[in-house]
Amino acid sequence: MIAANLPALQVVVPLLGAVICAFLRRGAVAWAITLVVCLVMPAIASTLLAQVLTSGPISYALGGWRPPIGIEYRVDVLSAFILLLVSVIAAIMLPYAKRSIEQEIPADKHTWYYAIFLLCLCGLLGMAISGDAFNIFVFMEVSSLATYALISMGKDRRALLAAYQYLVMGTIGATFYVIGVGFLYSMTGTLNLADMASRLAGIENSRPVLAALAFLTVGISLKLALFPLHVWLPNAYAFAPSVATAFLAATATKVAVYLLLRYFFTVFGASVIFAHLPTTEVFLLLSVAAMFGASIVAVFQENVKRMLAYSSVAQIGYITLGIAIANQAGLTGGIVHLFNHALMKGALFLAIGAVVYQTGVVKISDMAGLGKRMPLMMGAFLVGGLSLIGVPGTVGFISKWYLVYGALEQDWWWLAILIVASSLISVVYIGRVVEVVWFRQASGPVKRATDPPASMLLPTLLLAAMTVYFGIDTSATAGVAGLAADWLLAGIR
Amino acid sequence: MSADTLIALALLVPALGAGLIALTGWNANVREGVTLVSAMSLFAVVLSLLCRVLDGQMPATGGFEVVQGLTLAFAVEPLGMLFACIASGLWIVNSVYSIGYMRGNKEPRQTPFYVCFAIAIASTIGIAFAANLFTLFLFYEILTLSTYPLVTHKADDDAKAGGRVYLLILLGTSMVLLLPAIIATAVIAGTLDFTFGGILAGKTSDTVIAILLAMYVFGIGKAALMPLHWWLPAAMVAPTPVSALLHAVAVVKAGVFTVLKVIVYIFGVEALSNAGNATWLVWVAGFTVIVASLVALRQDNLKRRLAYSTVSQLSYVILAAAILTPISIVGAAMHIAAHAVSKITLFFAAGSIYTAAHLTEISQLNGIGRRMPWTMVAFAIGALSMIGVPPTAGFLGKWFMLTGAMDTGQWLPIVVIIASTLLNAGYFLPIVVQAFFKAPGKDVQEHAKGEAPFPIVLALTATAIGTIGLFLYPAIPMALSKMLAGI
Repeated sequence: MIAANLPALQVVVPLLGAVICAFLRRGAVAWAITLVVCLVMPAIASTLLAQVLTSGPISYALGGWRPPIGIEYRVDVLSAFILLLVSVIAAIMLPYAKRSIEQEIPADKHTWYYAIFLLCLCGLLGMAISGDAFNIFVFMEVSSLATYALISMGKDRRALLAAYQYLVMGTIGATFYVIGVGFLYSMTGTLNLADMASRLAGIENSRPVLAALAFLTVGISLKLALFPLHVWLPNAYAFAPSVATAFLAATATKVAVYLLLRYFFTVFGASVIFAHLPTTEVFLLLSVAAMFGASIVAVFQENVKRMLAYSSVAQIGYITLGIAIANQAGLTGGIVHLFNHALMKGALFLAIGAVVYQTGVVKISDMAGLGKRMPLMMGAFLVGGLSLIGVPGTVGFISKWYLVYGALEQDWWWLAILIVASSLISVVYIGRVVEVVWFRQASGPVKRATDPPASMLLPTLLLAAMTVYFGIDTSATAGVAGLAADWLLAGIR
Repeated sequence: MSADTLIALALLVPALGAGLIALTGWNANVREGVTLVSAMSLFAVVLSLLCRVLDGQMPATGGFEVVQGLTLAFAVEPLGMLFACIASGLWIVNSVYSIGYMRGNKEPRQTPFYVCFAIAIASTIGIAFAANLFTLFLFYEILTLSTYPLVTHKADDDAKAGGRVYLLILLGTSMVLLLPAIIATAVIAGTLDFTFGGILAGKTSDTVIAILLAMYVFGIGKAALMPLHWWLPAAMVAPTPVSALLHAVAVVKAGVFTVLKVIVYIFGVEALSNAGNATWLVWVAGFTVIVASLVALRQDNLKRRLAYSTVSQLSYVILAAAILTPISIVGAAMHIAAHAVSKITLFFAAGSIYTAAHLTEISQLNGIGRRMPWTMVAFAIGALSMIGVPPTAGFLGKWFMLTGAMDTGQWLPIVVIIASTLLNAGYFLPIVVQAFFKAPGKDVQEHAKGEAPFPIVLALTATAIGTIGLFLYPAIPMALSKMLAGI
């Protein structure tokens, strides 16, 4: 009974948790409930992934209405991978959230934070699991609205402006998405993605379908912060509560990338996207611009959270680059980077969150001497930084290996050189922090700082350890990503 | 013990040593005891591997597949064996020396120093025993990162600036040139395993081979081929034991070692020689040899002069490899060994002068030979070896290089070697003459009170004896070099 309903539970459990939390008064209780939900999520997701790997995609008819009439939840290798990614990150970060939230958010809003967080989680998981174009839109809005609220809870008043900015941009994105879906619906008469894919055969090159593709691409690209549609991201990440930033940076844009993959490869089909349209050129150009532009901007940031936010924009460039390369190795690199980037950016943002928790410092120049005061947190930061650079033995290297391999298989020498050259810029911005943190004497609040309590310490160290572990043993990450890439390229629907 | 265990031990001993050193940091004697014990155990492990290699075995471990076509595996071949012997042997001497130097100069942060040093040695062993390019690259990068804190040990602005250059050049070249070259090799050859005769031979066009060769030799920034050599002088801000690590034990040796390995096992000597597109490398290496020597001639700072001498000597190895005959490969391998013992002697001497007399400039050294006879005799032996005068080790490498060049009738390497020998004499002999035959100057009279602390003198005497010993008893390195060259 439960096993058969796992796809629904994946979404319903956080939704119920959110409702319960909203009725509570005490933050600690809400936290405990959220924790239970967050621990159940990876269990469900990993069971689903195991099922998919052994017996193929799962189709779940919501409410017993058969697709394409009813809403279908569809779990395949790629969506199970994303489900696992989001739920694992949520589970790792939640123990950390408690203290960080207690300090950054007023006590009367704690239950709201957890309720909204669970809604956000529900929306993200729903986007990844749903096989229905409009249902995806609903979950997109659930997660987006929750995200605006999470960002606005930041301590700094600029968080409000950042949330508003994201609200405007995010609404444009969602609107574009729903316009695209509307066009597709008018042309095919269905909202089920699999059904839509089969009905699109023969009319792929008609004008409304191409218009739909354009709207969908721009809408989703806004959500995934593809350069130059990324302008909402740096402020949002810089001013949101630390742990919310870490969670969003690790997961939110990743789910949007998943949507892009889903529409490109399974709805429209790789042949339509890459053969007749200049998609490759556009995405190559924008990805490379992101890799260089955002990295260079990151070098000049004073606020360390903003620096990491720009670095995220650059890293998203690597992911979309994998999509543009569109061969097995390149796509594997893009997909595995979803996971790898989540690990390293998670570790980086959590380490910085701990610095904020202990000292209140966010400017790089104020972080002088932290290396001695908070050796473990700064160690985790260093590991994440090395992974951003792509040093072998970290997950960043694995992603880069696949991407460069894919580029060389296409005989794009210039692209291979650009990929490795852009990662050199991260040496500069990470090196900048390293020099301040380890070579300068501590002053101000840093002088009394120590490593944070275990509930914050362990999640950060766990992510850092995973950054190294999955850089050596990649059977679980690159292995699954490779399967997903095979499946996307084969065009199985 | 099985080969697996021995290789694992060779990697683990220095790594565990690093951990233990960190834990015993509270007591200097215990900490340094741990360093010495780790160094000696490592040397013992390496020697027992050496016995097997000399018996004609090739100890190897199974591989761990990271991603498809990317394996973490170790195999001990002759060149790696030679490199591991040099690194582990010199680690013992260098540790003895470090104890004298770090205590004598009352350096701060000694525990991190010894920890990073041990990690650097562990990664050097990883480089030496790597069975494929990926494994080598992994440890190559760890070596760069673990030596960065050593280079910036002083933590002042100079150290930071030097460290920046060090990190950016070494990481930069390895990421922008070496990594794409490795991935391209994987795409073309389908493997990255070091295989005698090369894995690229016959797989692709001569143009691609030429491009890849350039990406490799410049991408391996640790080999300090001009114009990518200036991280080496920049790194001179480091304490002397670190300079010894950079110049003799690990870093630059890892560079030329990798170049040699790539030429022998990735391209294949014969394949490259037949393709005939490596001639430019002779020119670039020859240019580096000569120009670095000319620059060295003009340096008054002793350590900087030694640094440029290293740049020049490293290109000897590349030059020898680029001659592309088996006998010159023997010369290249022998020169790695010879340069290691001689250059470490010179750096030890420079550090000894700094510790005992706080002198750094060559012009201050008039008559210092009478105050510090052990140091300056050792320096003289090292200098003679740099010039290539028998009975010192430096002669051997040059001899085989010249033989190789003459066999193949390449006049350019011959001219380069002769000219640079003169230049070497030009910048080393005056120091020796000045130290022994000039009247002590003001600086020496004021500062040089006598020899440096005992561990320093012990270490530099040992390496000086080694420099002569290697000339007199070259059997083992010769055997390894010949196995490498396949003769």
